[in-house]
Amino acid sequence: MTTRTKPLTGELLRLKEEIHQYALDYGLDFYPVVFEVCDYDTINILAAQGGFPNRYPHWRFGMEYDQLSKSYAYGLQKIYEMVINTDPCYAYLLNANHLVDQKIVMAHVYGHADFFKNNLWFKSTDRSMMDVMANHGTKIRRYMEKYGQDKVEVFIDRVLSLENLMDKNVLFETSEVRSSRRDKETEFHEQFFHDDEDDGRSKQLQSFMRSKLFNPETERDVPEVDEGPTIKPKPNYISPRDIMMYLIQHAPLKEWQADILAILREEAYYFLPQRMTKIMNEGWASYWHSTIMTQKALKSSEIIEFSDKHAGVMAMSKQQINPYKIGIELFRDIEYRWDTGRFGKEYNECTDMNVRENWNEATNKGKEKIYEVRRTHNDVTFIDEFFTREFCERMQLFTYKYNPRTSRFEIDTRDFEAIKSKLLMSLTNFGQPVIEVESGNFGNRGELHLIHKHQGVDLDMSYAAETLGNIAAIWSRPVNLTTIQEGKEVTLNHDGKEMKPLK
Amino acid sequence: MDHPIKRDHTRFRNIVKGKIRDNLKKYVSNGEMPLPKGDGTYKIPMPSIETPRFKFGDQSQGGTGQGDGQAGDPVEGQEGEGEPGEGEAGEGEGKKELEVELSLEELASILGDELALPNIEPKGKKTMQSTTDRYSSIGTVGPDALKHFKRSYKEALKRQVAMGTYDPENPVIVPIKSDMRYRSSTQKVEFENSAVVIYMMDVSGSMGDEQKEIVRTESFWINLWLKSQYKDIEIRYIIHDATAKEVDEDTFFRTRESGGTLISSAFKLCREIIEADYNPSEWNIYPFHFSDGDNWSTDDTKLCLEILDKDILPASNVFCYGQVESRYGSGQFYKDLSGRYKEEDDQVILSKIKNKEAILDSIKDFLGKGK
Repeated sequence: MTTRTKPLTGELLRLKEEIHQYALDYGLDFYPVVFEVCDYDTINILAAQGGFPNRYPHWRFGMEYDQLSKSYAYGLQKIYEMVINTDPCYAYLLNANHLVDQKIVMAHVYGHADFFKNNLWFKSTDRSMMDVMANHGTKIRRYMEKYGQDKVEVFIDRVLSLENLMDKNVLFETSEVRSSRRDKETEFHEQFFHDDEDDGRSKQLQSFMRSKLFNPETERDVPEVDEGPTIKPKPNYISPRDIMMYLIQHAPLKEWQADILAILREEAYYFLPQRMTKIMNEGWASYWHSTIMTQKALKSSEIIEFSDKHAGVMAMSKQQINPYKIGIELFRDIEYRWDTGRFGKEYNECTDMNVRENWNEATNKGKEKIYEVRRTHNDVTFIDEFFTREFCERMQLFTYKYNPRTSRFEIDTRDFEAIKSKLLMSLTNFGQPVIEVESGNFGNRGELHLIHKHQGVDLDMSYAAETLGNIAAIWSRPVNLTTIQEGKEVTLNHDGKEMKPLK
Repeated sequence: MDHPIKRDHTRFRNIVKGKIRDNLKKYVSNGEMPLPKGDGTYKIPMPSIETPRFKFGDQSQGGTGQGDGQAGDPVEGQEGEGEPGEGEAGEGEGKKELEVELSLEELASILGDELALPNIEPKGKKTMQSTTDRYSSIGTVGPDALKHFKRSYKEALKRQVAMGTYDPENPVIVPIKSDMRYRSSTQKVEFENSAVVIYMMDVSGSMGDEQKEIVRTESFWINLWLKSQYKDIEIRYIIHDATAKEVDEDTFFRTRESGGTLISSAFKLCREIIEADYNPSEWNIYPFHFSDGDNWSTDDTKLCLEILDKDILPASNVFCYGQVESRYGSGQFYKDLSGRYKEEDDQVILSKIKNKEAILDSIKDFLGKGK
């Protein structure tokens, strides 16, 4: 790998230093950014592997690579930049890019780097992921040597099938929370299972003493644990949506299988914050490349080329939302509104369109506000809070749906509420159905029971059947799924061979 | 050393081709071949394997878009198409297809890559000589159009330094006539291989439009591949029912004759064409015969085999017989040929083409041996 990428030299290095200084001057705050230059094949490889030079062997990276290489070869798509959420932040520049492109990319990357460091959803991500991923690769390669590539790959395929069943709250499990919970759990254990180590004190006294040991500070950090006396011990609290963790702890797995499951879970959670903040992250980075370029870094001779490239990135599409465009415009809108005082009770309750239109109090809190927003929000709350009627109209958004009569997709409505709810719907739970573990002993037969928290859209049943099959193979007992289909609640049972409704 | 992703890539390709991990086959979407769209563009499939996950059903739910238009206006393209954007692990599901304009050479190289076709080993190398001019050296005379600026500049610089007229403070270089350098050519003799493809098609009543379409598509790809392998290629067309005649390309694909079938008539004509125009020691000869497998009589079949053995096979690189399935054909001729030429016989390649989907396999049968 070392020979595939090169550090910056010459003109690029000078540009980097220049833009780095601009970024600092604007108040961006980031881990050191290491830029490397590489050719298109290398950037395709890196992109296929989620930005990392070393991953475990799996065909899906080969598939990504296949698709990226083909799109590049036919001139349909080119990756301009790539940046990895690590400390230091690694960013890759394509060697064939023009200098203006490189400048845009650098400015853009500093925006991402700032976002990675400051957005709260990234708080618990492991910043040494570069090494962690490489170690995962080594481990899985060893397992493949020992147990056979096919066998290990089949297991990985199955796990990938439930890779999207995650709980975003796990992201707030910092190491302190985790260790305080572990302490508490061992205490419960001791209390309920090891009472025989009698030290002469009565049980009441013992538990009284222990309850005093609890630190009220950490107590608040762990809202999941029930307060007060517990009737039966919960050996390990796991979020019911963290299905991979549930399987690690409760499925009859071999050691290597549990290890692989844990590896894949860790990697999935590493990428989760990026999936949850796509619009914000790209919007923030675009806001900064645009600001830095137009106010500082751009030479007058480069304006046309910059505009062309910037417009390409911001292009609107009729089929889907461009996160770059919506993101940058929302940040600009927020900045404008907080600069002109268009927020708060008075503004929100004003119904006179004319007054609203010309509202201008020089509050000048725009910059401060957008920095705050980039810290505390994710895409769902970002859209929910700042996506206004005016903004929606200005962005010319619409929803579309399939018209079976004409058998084509048609514009459905430009109604603000409808658009917003559709947008939010597609972002909630990072666009995945919410599935929870209900029980590991369904019907007292040791079967797994999952519940789909129905939110208005049915599951795709053929996919669900295949997925259940994969889970059943891991659980090694039948798996049940309760969901709602066409308005009726159904429970489906997959016995490892086929899925059928449970009577 | 290659990056380990190349191994992942190979593994993925093998899964797509169904060579390994059979159980994944059902998740593979899209075939392997570019499909002509008729307007000069081709659809390049991007094979992908979709991991099953819990996901929302009901594709008619649509999505959110941006742009002009009123309620009821169509949204161009399909949901999820458009710019794939930046790759991020765990995302980018769904089918992908590219539409691009391709030149025939590019198409041929895709064909070669996808089907893993070996390059053809031409027989009779050094058959034809041709001379080409290659501009690989430098001369002191020539037309201005071929002036080599860099070399001329260097000469002038050298001269001025030697004469002591070069001033580093004011580095102006003025070339004079003797400094000028020009690109000049040298003649090279190149050896070429030429090939001829002779297509024979049975156009008796039993060959319908669908069958002809198959032959047409297949011959398009075969020509494409052979053209990429040989510098010069000639194509001759023969149609036959009970009698055979040579026709042009258009007629070859369009005629619909009727009547009986005497395959030997085509073979005889093929033999005549080879004898008249193509000396086997200079030409790579590829006779292809397509039929639905019906022949008039066993006597005629015997005659066919005789012509093949005596005249056609010794002259040609490989003889290919493709049998297109039709409702009326008996398929007897395939059996006769396969009874005579076993599979290890690399002078004769037989292939059955059931339907359009089988065309690729059949091309692979024909060209996979690198003959």
